[in-house]
Amino acid sequence: MRKIGNIFIVFLALIALASCQNDLEPNYQFMPNMYAPVGYETYGEYDVEGFEGGQEAKLPVEGTVPRGFQPFDYTNSPEDIARAKSDLKNPLEYTEDNLAAGAQLYNIYCAVCHGDKGDGLGILAKREKFLGIPSYAAAGREITEGGVYHVQMYGLNTMGSYASQTNEKERWQITQHVMNLKAALEGKPLMLPKKIIDNQTPQLPVGGDATATPTELEQDNIDSH
Amino acid sequence: MQKVNFKNIFSRVSLLLLVAMLTFSTSVFAQEGDAAAGKTLFNSNCAACHKLDKKATGPALRHVADKYDRDWLYSWIKDSQALIKSGDAKAIEVFEANNKAVMTSFPALSNADIDNILAYTSEEKPLPPAPAPGTGDGVSASGSGVSNNVILGALVFVFLLLIVMLFLVTSTLKKIAAHNGVEYAVEESRKPLWKAFVENQFLLLVSAVLLLLTAAYFMYGFFMQVGVDQGYAPVQPIHFSHRIHAGDNQVDCNYCHSSARKSKTSGIPSLNVCMNCHKNIGEVSEDVLAEGLDEHGVDYNKEIMKLYDAAGWDVSTMSYTGETKPVKWVRIHNLPDFAYFNHSQHVTVAGVACQKCHGPVEEMEIMEQFSPLTMGWCIDCHRETNVNVSGNAYYEKIHEELSKKYGVEQLTAAQMGGLECGKCHY
Repeated sequence: MRKIGNIFIVFLALIALASCQNDLEPNYQFMPNMYAPVGYETYGEYDVEGFEGGQEAKLPVEGTVPRGFQPFDYTNSPEDIARAKSDLKNPLEYTEDNLAAGAQLYNIYCAVCHGDKGDGLGILAKREKFLGIPSYAAAGREITEGGVYHVQMYGLNTMGSYASQTNEKERWQITQHVMNLKAALEGKPLMLPKKIIDNQTPQLPVGGDATATPTELEQDNIDSH
Repeated sequence: MQKVNFKNIFSRVSLLLLVAMLTFSTSVFAQEGDAAAGKTLFNSNCAACHKLDKKATGPALRHVADKYDRDWLYSWIKDSQALIKSGDAKAIEVFEANNKAVMTSFPALSNADIDNILAYTSEEKPLPPAPAPGTGDGVSASGSGVSNNVILGALVFVFLLLIVMLFLVTSTLKKIAAHNGVEYAVEESRKPLWKAFVENQFLLLVSAVLLLLTAAYFMYGFFMQVGVDQGYAPVQPIHFSHRIHAGDNQVDCNYCHSSARKSKTSGIPSLNVCMNCHKNIGEVSEDVLAEGLDEHGVDYNKEIMKLYDAAGWDVSTMSYTGETKPVKWVRIHNLPDFAYFNHSQHVTVAGVACQKCHGPVEEMEIMEQFSPLTMGWCIDCHRETNVNVSGNAYYEKIHEELSKKYGVEQLTAAQMGGLECGKCHY
């Protein structure tokens, strides 16, 4: 009988040990004062006066502008949409870099709904999460550079604003790609950098390139093993 | 002659009747419209801003045909702005009531198209027979779970009963044997096994060494996992399924974690990023909802409501109330302060896929730490990874000289100085 009791105690001890493994709590640290930063870390929580709710993440002081900021002289009103459509022009030159960056950014932010080709058949449209996404080439849609930029700034109807995820340059790069997609859909000549036009190889930069690089890298890794 | 005439008149009348019937039926058809064709038109033209039973960017459209007369609707849909400018009182009222959102003009739609769309919007809301079997499934599924437990419990009970019965049987048998005068042979007392073991010095030494080695092994393992949070999967304030967003819907990682491209931190998306899509997606589809309830025990719609609550989004008016609440996400990946890590350097410069470090996030229902994030793990990768130098003028000279020095075609991150202490510790 004593034997059974001993086995039971060992069993309990094992259970107690195993129950220390808890994925809901972080592991304990050795000398945590070397882990915790002295300064305030991004998204940290600190008991400091002025940190509302202990939250390090705060909005910038009103009127703060980021470096390289250019004021955007259009508001989110129907009149200004019309004004942006006619007056706002793309300040960026069409270069290979800009077009490639635009294609990559487009595939990150826009393609889920608008589709790789701008035909409104992104994965969310195909899965019927979003309905009625128009093609850039849809009849009666007046799409201009300025309009595309304005939509990214403020959003339009169901589409939200992308101003917080992109900066000014990136928005213009996306605009270049969108205009090229529209031209491609309508079968019109693309806007291309001078060099490419001279070489007579009018091709749309494929945003897939950027996403393909890591897998190529990984492939190399596997080979080198 | 007369007869023939009469016959002729009869056939003419019947022809007239037929024509009248046809025109009548077609006119009815035009007024009623074809709901099936209307649905296709509605989904491709209207559904971006309008839902049937819920206010979206524009108002809910079920039974809109009963509220306004048809000619007014024709001109509104074809060019609403012109109607507003003409000073139409009803048009201005609608415009004002919907936050002055300008409705796209649809000059390409014919009156017949609009009739079809209106026929579709005039259909009665289908009674929800689908949710009933859905919840029924849920009940039966959970019911089968309960019955499994019941079966297991019954089995355990039966086994216990058997054990008790065995004891009872042996004790009665013994009693009977004692009663009948059967005697048991008394066992000779032997030397206990442990005493023999203690007296054998060699065996004792070997087992002591073995014991110490095992203890050392487990102690080493125990110390090495201190401060390593691999597998850490805390409960977040809002249940966010990476499986649905990044997996099923293939939203790019950088869409939400947009600062990973250009900042040290990958960035927890602010709620406006969530709202870019969830302004429109207020509830998940029925199959997704059922899947969440059955497999993960989560009501996704309630989680979206938590988002609305935090972002201060009023579903009934489709506008922000301005009363926001911070969402206190629980941080999972956390490097100690003495190690420097920069996301943009790995994501943008090196072009490393997010999954390389974070694992198959697109399959995770609950986000967890995939990699140990230890120094050994970092260094392993730096030793194995070739630097992506193509198209990066910054690397041209250094790559040329270093590849000559090491005599290799492709440099690894380690050969570029990726193992130097000062690169990460300073």
